[in-house]
Amino acid sequence: MGALQSSPGQPEYVDLKEKTGFSFSQIRVLHKRFKLLSHNGETLKRDHFNSIPDLACNPIRSQIIEAFFDRRNFRQNGEGPVDEIHFEEFLMVMSHFKAPSPRMIEERESVRREKLRFIFNMHDTDNDGTITLEEYRHVIDELLSLSEALEKDTAKSIADAAMLEVASTSMGHMEPDEFYEGITFEHFLKLLKGFEIELKMNVHFSMMDTPTFCK
Amino acid sequence: MGSSVLCRAGIKRGVSCMLLLLLLFCFGGKCEVQESKPSPPTNLQPVENEFNQPQAYPEEERANLPMFTMDYSRIQIPFEITLWVLLASFAKIGFHIYHKITIWIPESCLLIAIGLIVGAIMHAVKEEPPAVLTSNVFFLYMLPLIVLDNGYFMPTRPFFENVGTVLWYAVVGTLWNSIGIGLSLFAICQFEVFGVQDINLQENLLFASIISAVDPVAALNVFEDIGVNEQIYIVIFGEGLYNDAVTVVLYNMFSFLADMPVVESTDVFLGVARFFIVAAGGILFGLLFGFVAAFTTRFTHNVRQIEPLFVFMYSYLAYLVAECFAISSVLAIITCAITMKHYVEENVSQRSCTTIRHVVKMLATVSETLIFFFLGVVTITTEHEWNWAYIVFTLLFAFIWRGLGILVLTQIINPFRTIQFTFKDQFGLAYGGLRGAICFALVFTLPDNINRKNLFVTASIAVIIFTVFLQGISIRPIVEYMNIRKTNKDLNTINVEMMEHVVCGIEDLCGQWSHYYWKDKFKKFNDRVLRRILVRDNRAESSIVALYKRLELQNAIGLLDSPMGDLSAAPSIVSLYDERKEASRPKRKFLAGDVRKMHDILSKNMYKIRQKTMAYTNKYNLPDDTRAKEILIRRHASIRRSLRAESFREPSAQNTFKSQKYYSLQPGGSLETAFELRRRSNGADVDLSARPQSSDVSPRSSSRSILPMRRLNTIKESGGAVEPPAVPPHPHTDQIDGDKDPHEPMQPPQLTPPGGWVRETHNGEGNPLLRHPSQGSRGSVRF
Repeated sequence: MGALQSSPGQPEYVDLKEKTGFSFSQIRVLHKRFKLLSHNGETLKRDHFNSIPDLACNPIRSQIIEAFFDRRNFRQNGEGPVDEIHFEEFLMVMSHFKAPSPRMIEERESVRREKLRFIFNMHDTDNDGTITLEEYRHVIDELLSLSEALEKDTAKSIADAAMLEVASTSMGHMEPDEFYEGITFEHFLKLLKGFEIELKMNVHFSMMDTPTFCK
Repeated sequence: MGSSVLCRAGIKRGVSCMLLLLLLFCFGGKCEVQESKPSPPTNLQPVENEFNQPQAYPEEERANLPMFTMDYSRIQIPFEITLWVLLASFAKIGFHIYHKITIWIPESCLLIAIGLIVGAIMHAVKEEPPAVLTSNVFFLYMLPLIVLDNGYFMPTRPFFENVGTVLWYAVVGTLWNSIGIGLSLFAICQFEVFGVQDINLQENLLFASIISAVDPVAALNVFEDIGVNEQIYIVIFGEGLYNDAVTVVLYNMFSFLADMPVVESTDVFLGVARFFIVAAGGILFGLLFGFVAAFTTRFTHNVRQIEPLFVFMYSYLAYLVAECFAISSVLAIITCAITMKHYVEENVSQRSCTTIRHVVKMLATVSETLIFFFLGVVTITTEHEWNWAYIVFTLLFAFIWRGLGILVLTQIINPFRTIQFTFKDQFGLAYGGLRGAICFALVFTLPDNINRKNLFVTASIAVIIFTVFLQGISIRPIVEYMNIRKTNKDLNTINVEMMEHVVCGIEDLCGQWSHYYWKDKFKKFNDRVLRRILVRDNRAESSIVALYKRLELQNAIGLLDSPMGDLSAAPSIVSLYDERKEASRPKRKFLAGDVRKMHDILSKNMYKIRQKTMAYTNKYNLPDDTRAKEILIRRHASIRRSLRAESFREPSAQNTFKSQKYYSLQPGGSLETAFELRRRSNGADVDLSARPQSSDVSPRSSSRSILPMRRLNTIKESGGAVEPPAVPPHPHTDQIDGDKDPHEPMQPPQLTPPGGWVRETHNGEGNPLLRHPSQGSRGSVRF
């Protein structure tokens, strides 16, 4: 952000607005949030995220946090993790959760892809472009990590079932000796084709109230 | 084929029953005319003597003991009421015999139609309908039942998430409609050519307020059947509910004003102020009575038989007291029902709970049926005043103003909503605005000093019949054609669950408070303060504990009967036996039942901040809450299973072929019996505690792999491991049995099992993921 850390003026915001599509008020609110989270520092690190009390009960917390530090979500075609992010990158990640404006039907498809890409990246931790069974299992394990009365095998079998589901949706009938390597992004898209993720994966940004963080 | 024959026979029976009843009724009516006076008691005679009159009565004859007397007038009123109720109920039975009718034609249409027929018959025999539909009867007896049902079974969570929108449409929408229609009709009245000049503004407004009461029952049924998205559903539902309150307020206000010769502006302000007082007062009374009711049920553990009574008495009291003070009784009773529901259902026994639900539904259904039925009858038998212009314009304005209203209101409120209403949604909302019971009752009970009352009655009946028949019947094809955004019940994949968690996480990250904040606060308050006072803890007979005990018993019985005791309550999780080589490929088939089970595990165990409920209440059916019980049963079963897992796993299957996959054989289970039993239990609702006997294996042998463990060519061995997940809920449905879901509670989500599944008969060849072990990894196919 450069030297204008304390109060980024309008020109900064204009730039961000164009890149991310947020409105000025939303950017302001998010900026306040950013500063609160980073304790008025310039960058956010993983520890800052870990200190959010509400997030602590979310079983896939670590994936979510990782998503923030994943260059693939910065829309700059980079890859690999970073250790700290600035406000701009924070906004970039947040922009994946913006609701599509209801008028722009054409954009829907690209918005959809974006959001799905985000989720996909969350699964695909080794950046190879496919979600392998191991990665998927890991995610499911995390998801179910808070429940007690489950057997160890359950997570595995659920992951297997999910993979199967994808396999059959995307590839239909396979030869008995074929072999499903992993879910690619295209399959992922196909799997979730009927699901209107652009309507569900939204956070209503203008209604945030940052002081409630300190609950 | 057989069913249609049965249907016809059933219909014939139903029709003949109805005719019989009808005749009986008419006969009864006629008897009333010919009724002779009951003979005066003969012991008057000694009294007569003291007047020193010559015997006014003839010499007392020696009267024989009468063999057969009839005193109809004594029982007349209850008898006729009962007959009417029976007749209406027979009508309902009649058209549920062939269930497809109710899919295409909403029930209200059918009821009105039957009412029309009965009315025609009565008209033909020159009989008058019983004059029971007076204002008092309706407002004091019929309306509270309907509203209690609405309030008791309201889906609270979606409602409170959308409360702003709902109230916006209900209150402002109704106001908009009333005033708009009223003013337009008044404008029409100014034209001399239509001949309705004598209707003044107040009367027009009064009529308009009656007409704008929306009763979207039929629309709701259609929406729910199709599975339209939650938002529209809850908005229409809430609107129908709350505009009853608004309409009644307006009605009272306007009828008061209609009496006054001149309306001043202060009256308008007073009216507005009165509206707020009425609303707030209603809610206050409701809360009061709700809490008192909940508190009372805390102490009723020794008098279980009268527990349901408290629910009804307190709600009714709330209604009556509110009526007494002329505040919104509808709001009072709804609030009372919502408030007391949760606490009461925790305090009372399971049976009382079932009783309450059933009785509420029953009374409401009866009441509503009667109203529609009367509508049909009255249509024929009252004297109408038909004025083409007025009626046609009423219809027109009703449509126009509703459409406009929805449009404008949506434009205003859309920016405040996360999920905004599209034009299709708005059309659905507007088109679902049918008129119904409330409208009819209100107009029928207009005071007689309104000189054009007959015209109003005719106009309302016309509007109701028009909307109910035309819109009610056509809404289904239109909605299906338009493809309104539906709830994604079927795509509840694992990925979707994950996505929801991600969104929740992000919202937490942002410190998002929106509705969750208030809910959280309320929950804390509830737990700390309210529940301590209102809920009876530490009861031995807590409903959950009792349920659990019953389950234990069932399971114990099942354990004794079935081989390995696994058939009774343990849904199976297919477990994976890893191969020595790459353990990272999924290699077996999952049967649809397993997948369902997994979905349920996920949904049960995952962190759900914001649950999306999919189980709405159909107005004519009891709500389906078997999911909660299933969760309990599943938990129980999984614990049991984990205890037994070690001792009962079949070892044989593992040893034979080392390098392939097979299904974990739940000992004692097989695919065929499982499916067969599931089918049986689907069809005949078999008491499943008797299930183990129904399979034709002798219960105690376990070695006989109870079913053909099919050896698939050389490689895969399969056996069905499926316990139909339908099993667990059944042992409890015959106790709880309250819910009217005829099919197994766990309807599979509409996952079409992908081609490689479930078809056991394919011998696994179709399964893409089964590896051919003898060929190593023949290379992977990437797409």
